[in-house]
Formats: sequence, C-alpha cells, structure tokens
Amino acid sequence: MYNFEFERPTTIADAVAALGGDEAQALGGGQTLIPTLKQRLAMPGKLVSLSGIPEMKGVCVNDDGAVSIGGGTPHAVVARDAAQHYPGLAALAGQIGDPAVRNRGTIGGSLANNDPSACYPAAALGSGATIVTNTREIAADDYFQGMFTTALEEGEIITEVRFPVPEAANYQKFVQPASRFALVGVFVAKYADGVRVAVTGASEEGVFRWSAAEEALSGNFTADAIKDLTVEAGGMIGDLHGSKEYRAHLVGVMTRRAVAAAA
Amino acid sequence: MTQVSMTVNGKSVSGEVEGRTLLVNFLRDHLSLTGTHVGCDTGQCGACMVHVDGDAVKSCNMLALEADGTEVATIEGQANADGSLNTIQQAFQDHHGLQCGFCTPGMVMTAAALLKDNPKPTEAEIRHYLEGNICRCTGYHNIVKAIMAASGQDVNAIAAE
Repeated sequence: MYNFEFERPTTIADAVAALGGDEAQALGGGQTLIPTLKQRLAMPGKLVSLSGIPEMKGVCVNDDGAVSIGGGTPHAVVARDAAQHYPGLAALAGQIGDPAVRNRGTIGGSLANNDPSACYPAAALGSGATIVTNTREIAADDYFQGMFTTALEEGEIITEVRFPVPEAANYQKFVQPASRFALVGVFVAKYADGVRVAVTGASEEGVFRWSAAEEALSGNFTADAIKDLTVEAGGMIGDLHGSKEYRAHLVGVMTRRAVAAAA
Repeated sequence: MTQVSMTVNGKSVSGEVEGRTLLVNFLRDHLSLTGTHVGCDTGQCGACMVHVDGDAVKSCNMLALEADGTEVATIEGQANADGSLNTIQQAFQDHHGLQCGFCTPGMVMTAAALLKDNPKPTEAEIRHYLEGNICRCTGYHNIVKAIMAASGQDVNAIAAE
C-alpha cells in the first residue's frame, strides 16, 4: 500500500478539521478500506481514524424509543448491546463477516461505503433509519444513491444512526460463503404504519425497497401474502456466484423466510 | 515515522512506524514475534489473529498506529508460565487439530477468544465462530474437537463427517 499520514483525533470536531485537507480519507474499522489500500485502489494522502472518538461509540435508547448507535460502534457491540432493544438489528449485526471483522468493522463505515452486498444498508433502509452526520440528518430513503454511492458530502462523517424500533423484524441472509457478504439479504420490518422490505446483495443499484411486497405485507403480514410476487431479473447482479435470475428468485425466497420468522 | 507504544503479551513495547505499517508487520518485523502468520494478507484467512484489548482481530487488517495504547496478545503469550502448552494448545496436540500448522496460531487465538465469552460452546457455535479462520489441511473436524476438549466437554459427541 502507498504510504499516508495518519491522524487519530478524539473528538468529532477534530476529525472534521483533520478531514478538511486535500486527499484526506476517513478510516472506520478498516475491514474494507485496508484491503482496498493494499491493492492500491485508493491513495489517500492522509487517513483520519475515527476509532478513538468516544462520543461516536455505543448503543442507547432515545426518549422516543428509537435506538441510537454511534457511527464508530463495532458490529460485535451492536450484536450484544442492541439485542434487548432491537433484536432484529442485533441479529443482523451478529451475522456480518466473521468474529474478527465484527470486532473492528463499524456501522458508520459500512453505511458510508454502501457496498451493494453489505448487511447494514438493508437494516437502515428497512427500518427507515436516520443517518446523523456532523452537519445534518439524512433519511435512509434519501441516503442510499446506488452502488458505493451515498448522500454524504466530502469530509462528512456519520456520527450516529437512529433506528425506529418496529413491532417485528427479521433479516434473512443467503451467505456467499467465501466472502461472507450477502449473496442476497432481505430485512423485513413491521411498523404500526406499514411494512418495510429492504433488499441487499441483489441489485446493481445497491440496496432497494421492494415496494410491491411492502404493499402486500402491510395488508397481510404472512409469507403467503407475497407467494405470487416476483422481482424482475433485469437490473439484478449477475456474476460467477449467481445469475441475475437466481438472485431475483432468492429475493422472493428470502423475503418469505424473513416474514415467516418475524410474524 | 511515528512513535507507537502498546503492551504485547504483558510487556510494554514501542517503535517507530509508518502510517501504513500493519499491526502484523509491527509484531513480526519490529518485535520478531513471528508466531503470528501472514496467510492471505487480505483479511480472510485468520492466520494473523491476535487479541487487541481482549477482542480477536486480524492483525493484517489493522494499522499498527490504531493499536497505540492497547493491550495486544499473540500466540507467543499463550503458553503457561512454565513454558508448557496451555489447555487449548494441548488440546490441539491431543486431538490432532493441525497438520501443517500454518493456521494454528490463528486458530488458537480465535479459540481463546471464543472460550472467554462462551466457556461451553456447542459444536455449531464453535464452527460459527471459526468462520474467519481458514485451514486447508484438517477439514476443521479435529480443530472443532480440540476446542470442545479444551472447554472440558465430551468430544465423542461430535460425529465423524
């Protein structure tokens, strides 16, 4: 990997200042960025580590009942500390990568990267979460803008993610066994005002909401209610791990499994 | 170059590293602790597993400067004070949990992290926890047996595959 300067600020304000320079790049847990740097696919002049900022870590419950997770919180901590507040989210965090990845990788890093096969984007979009940054609050529906693309501006940091807690939720992941990413993953969450279904790993546009399934499930929250629904294979990811048609098929299967497990 | 300091296997150490120096390179090249292996160097195989502040992490996927001020444990610190193998290491020997041995330091460190959190894991829990460690010799079966045995459980319960 190319060499770079390294800074490890202890406050959000210092991190924002450090990211202000040219060619500065934020470092979350590094589970994607470090392999990327090793392949020389990126050449930041400076890495600003977000791992030493206490105000960006931890899980808490807000007055309105929403679960807030600091942007620098590792997956393993979410899996443990969110379990009693939002079990569907904690279960998803506990399925990401492997134990070592979960000890380093962070929710902010995952959402900022927006890998089309990552798990967290499905939870954020499927929960209608709010992505809180150092400058603003972004609704999940506005945040994800296609594969590896988000609403984040240059130098903007995810400081917190707020999840409204649903009545029931479940994440079903069809694991790609070599990478442990989702070949297809579906997060289903049932709220008082309707059901949300978010799909990761499947589409060339990255995470997306399956609105036909949401509509059917909002009237009848059973796997049966969507048994005749399918998604178009066009626009799905097709690669050596699975064709477009295979992924489109899995979207239906995993959604039905998630509903059956949540209901 | 930047100064980095940490505790490794109970000893205070420090050194001068570049921003890009990985924790595994600091351990191997600066401290000559070569028991921590570099296998894939892409964060997939787990041969470089160490503990940082008690958590299992892949040291090829963490910058040395990120470990500043932490307590790091490596395979070199796992044996008992008298130099004899600890319970997990002995169980790997007893149950033939290794063939070439390249992945073994990582396997032992992962097993130690698992048993700290979950002293009596089921076979399924052991296999799930080993997802980040790759062994190309054993087929994992004897590794799982060794970890079962190290946790004081009956290994006969594991069916041959």
